Amino acid sequence: MNPTNTLMNISKQNTEKILDEIKKLAKSIGRETRLMGLCGTHSQTIAQYGLKNLLPRNIKLVAGPGCPVCVTAREDIDAVIGLALAGMPLAVYGDTLAVPGSTESLENARQKGADIKIIYSIKEALKEQKIKPDLVFFGVGFETTAPMTAWAIKQGLRVYSAHKFFPPAMAALLKNKKIKIDGLIDPGHVSAIIGESPYKKFEIPQVITGFEPEDVLMAVLMLLNQIAEGKRDLENEYGRVVKKNGNEKAVNLINEVFEQCDAEWRGIGLIKNSGMKIRKKYSACDAKIKYRRTIAEILSRTKTKKTACRCGEILQGLIEPNQCPLFKKICAPENPFGACMVSIEGTCNIEYKYAR
Amino acid sequence: MCLAIPGKIISIKKQNATVDFRGIKKEVDISLVSAKPGDYVVVHTGFAVGKLDKKSANESYKYFDEYIKTKHGKNT
Ligand code: SF4
Repeated sequence: MNPTNTLMNISKQNTEKILDEIKKLAKSIGRETRLMGLCGTHSQTIAQYGLKNLLPRNIKLVAGPGCPVCVTAREDIDAVIGLALAGMPLAVYGDTLAVPGSTESLENARQKGADIKIIYSIKEALKEQKIKPDLVFFGVGFETTAPMTAWAIKQGLRVYSAHKFFPPAMAALLKNKKIKIDGLIDPGHVSAIIGESPYKKFEIPQVITGFEPEDVLMAVLMLLNQIAEGKRDLENEYGRVVKKNGNEKAVNLINEVFEQCDAEWRGIGLIKNSGMKIRKKYSACDAKIKYRRTIAEILSRTKTKKTACRCGEILQGLIEPNQCPLFKKICAPENPFGACMVSIEGTCNIEYKYAR
Repeated sequence: MCLAIPGKIISIKKQNATVDFRGIKKEVDISLVSAKPGDYVVVHTGFAVGKLDKKSANESYKYFDEYIKTKHGKNT
């Protein structure tokens, strides 16, 4: 697909007007300016419409840790694989299936006969648990999917929680001196849940934006304008979905069922207070507590193979997929070496699909 | 996982709504939003988590117009 053609199909005139303004600002800023997209869906829009190529040379769009499957710790994948192989029925979202653990993926476990059901809606997991009382749901995702898991826990669903809070990862990114970013394109759907306030503490230009190519370009324009004027504000371009206070019902559900804990982000490391741990009140539903011993055993006998996968750097915007020696050579969606190649929100997967 | 497409509510029965996603109809729980038939909702794993304000669907242009006005003192 030729990006310029695609843009013509959407609304060439408006897009071009936005691009003109972007060019003017880019010229007046002069230096290289790096803007990070924090949402897998933004990366898709950027790749699908070839937006990187439309921007002036000194404006760089880099992708961050916005793919929940990609940042799920290897130990968590290992643990649920171990549980499944020990005979526990599992319910999972489809995009976790091919993610490599230390030695294998859930898909491999399934081929060995493990009972793993792919679900699309959390209610399917509850239904499945009625037939299989030992079922464990593998909860993965940021504030976008966590409210539904919380809801299901209140209905008695047993969960292995790998859910994560997103803003602590932003704080960790901004603290890392190696990462040079001038502005952030904040996630769309996470923001629909948490609203605007959690971002206000970050002293960097930010724009919450939608998923149409015009939205992303508009976010670039608004960020450049802030940079040119020396501002560090939070602006919301996606008011048609993201309200100031977010979805309070959903946030309350998360806070009622989960509490903060430190959590490992794959490739990135431990991030303080970024994990969602099931509160004591609901510990009967916490698979990590019920199967504590089994999980400890599984993890103690798993040996991690060293690979040349550079997902960790990809997730922090430090390198691009083509800087990984495995990219496209041996790492491909059919044969993924890292989670970034598995998930449809993963930077390597997106780059593989759209790069030409 | 964060990919949510907006769909239009066709009918509602208690907390369950039938939502049309470009021709594909699905049952969606709407207990986390206050929505009525005709509303567009953003859906994740079987739940509506937000509403899409269709009136401002062309919002990026609204922002663009505002930007031009403050920046160059004129309308597009
Ligand atoms: S191309 Fe494959 S091996 Fe390289 S960083 Fe991406 S997922 Fe990892």
